Amino acid sequence: MPQRRVLPGLPLSLGVTLIYVALIIALPVAAVLLKAMSLSFAEFWNIVTSPRALATYRVTGLSALAATLFNAIFGFAFAWVLVRYDFPGKRLLDTLVDVPFALPTAVAGVTLTALFAKNGWFGAPLAQIGIEVAYTPLGIIIAMIFTSLPFIVRTVQPVLEELDPEFEDAASCLGAGDLDTMRRVILPLLMPALLAGISFAFVRCLGEFGAIIFIAGNQPMSTEITSLLAFIRIEEFDYPGAAAIATVMLLASLTILILTSLAQSWYGRHLTRS
Amino acid sequence: MKKLIVAAALAALAFAAPAKAEEPNAILNVSYDIARELYAEINKAFIAKYKAETGKDLEVKQSHAGSSKQARAILEGLEADVVTFNQVTDVQILSDKGGLVAADWQTRLPNNASPYYSFPSFLVREGNPKGIKDWGDLVREDVKVIFPNPKTSGNARYTYLAAWAYAKEAFQGDETKIHDFIKKLFANVPVFDTGGRGATTTFVERETGDVLITFEAETRAIAKEFGEDKFDLVTPPASLLAEFPVAVVDKVVDKRGSRAIAESYLKFLYSPEGQEIVAQFGNRVHEPNVVERHKADFPEVKLVTVEDVFGGWPKVTKEHFGSDGILDQLFVAR
Repeated sequence: MPQRRVLPGLPLSLGVTLIYVALIIALPVAAVLLKAMSLSFAEFWNIVTSPRALATYRVTGLSALAATLFNAIFGFAFAWVLVRYDFPGKRLLDTLVDVPFALPTAVAGVTLTALFAKNGWFGAPLAQIGIEVAYTPLGIIIAMIFTSLPFIVRTVQPVLEELDPEFEDAASCLGAGDLDTMRRVILPLLMPALLAGISFAFVRCLGEFGAIIFIAGNQPMSTEITSLLAFIRIEEFDYPGAAAIATVMLLASLTILILTSLAQSWYGRHLTRS
Repeated sequence: MKKLIVAAALAALAFAAPAKAEEPNAILNVSYDIARELYAEINKAFIAKYKAETGKDLEVKQSHAGSSKQARAILEGLEADVVTFNQVTDVQILSDKGGLVAADWQTRLPNNASPYYSFPSFLVREGNPKGIKDWGDLVREDVKVIFPNPKTSGNARYTYLAAWAYAKEAFQGDETKIHDFIKKLFANVPVFDTGGRGATTTFVERETGDVLITFEAETRAIAKEFGEDKFDLVTPPASLLAEFPVAVVDKVVDKRGSRAIAESYLKFLYSPEGQEIVAQFGNRVHEPNVVERHKADFPEVKLVTVEDVFGGWPKVTKEHFGSDGILDQLFVAR
């Protein structure tokens, strides 16, 4: 007996999907890997472990971590407010979350730099109390926070919407305090979504270029990000060198995405069992 | 009879050839980042002259970005009829990598195929509060210097080489001392923008740094645009000659049939009219009458060349600007 499928046209749409993935994702990735493979392993290793490259991983990774942590907390709060409260201007606020998606990142970079430079609206008062943002690692973090915020809000929001307030009411009826309810009822249910949002945001931060190079200072060894180093190698007509660095970024991002998806499925099983 | 056929065939070919490659009514000039306004003026004048001479309308399209980025775009298929760059290496690569430009391009036009020249010069804040006069002042601890990343900007490559040339003379070729000088200079740069325009914004709009180093022509343009009461020009006693090489992209013009226009466009840059426009934009020129007329605008400066100090562009590119070249090492050791 042939297997029955609920969706009509599945073989066709599956075929389209596979072709799409092959052409749009796999092919460019393969091209990058192929370029990198024109190097011997020793050459590749030298490029990706040079002190300057290591410094960019440190700068990019730590900044991305800080930005993601910030967004995990405030993006979560943002989503919470959007779902659970009614107030005038809520729809507008909801729309504004997507602005970092729509804005060309270079424009965001230029704007943020103007705001946070020491003569800017935010930069001037901050400079008064001795905090420099533009052209320091802090600037990189700010740019990353800006471009990655929607990932967390938009992954958490729909799950929160599904989450019936009755759960909270039930918890409180059974004598749980607010914190307990949050920790033992709400957070576990939201965890997979939050985890996905965090990893998307983090990976986005790793790859961000346009918004950052304007505000970063781009000093080798201190405020230079990995994608800029790849860009610099291209400027030297050193395509394999650029591809080698890109490969490292690609592997890092893929690893994070795969780990997240593993963690999610483990968490899903764990949750059903308990 | 046979001869007749051959002759007829040749004649047909001779007729067919120009018919196939009919002169287009537009050419594309691919140029560096900060030459946008200059070529807008040049194009206006050239189009008028072309119309007067041939009665035909012509359009000169402009494309501006970092010089190396432009070279890459052409290698990857951008159909430029002419290139007007700020680095010899960016034209050379079109010849080396793609065979797009004939190998003898530098001898096809006067002055190494550079219709005008300039050099890295200083723009300081009004009244020159830090008293910056010469390259030596740039490594002082109280001075913040702005110029783009020599890795991504041709403009900054000249700055780096000019500083190097200064240090080489000041320390009589002592490598260690030259390296220290450059390291100190880099340490004084708070921001490495990727291109000349970005560095200008950092200096002018963000009010970061005490001195901006860029081509003399650009320092004038900035002072004019953003207020001469805000900035002072400082011409260092010595600097490095920066040539602005131009070339017809042979492969493209032969394909498009635009060689005649492209060549006369480049020759126009050398004409008294072209040189006058170029000089008005603060570039130094060779045409004697124009030089005489603008004498007061251009203070004297001693210029050394890449050939004299570094033994030519191919050598300097390989030793200094490649992956893990001297520049990379100095960046890391900073």
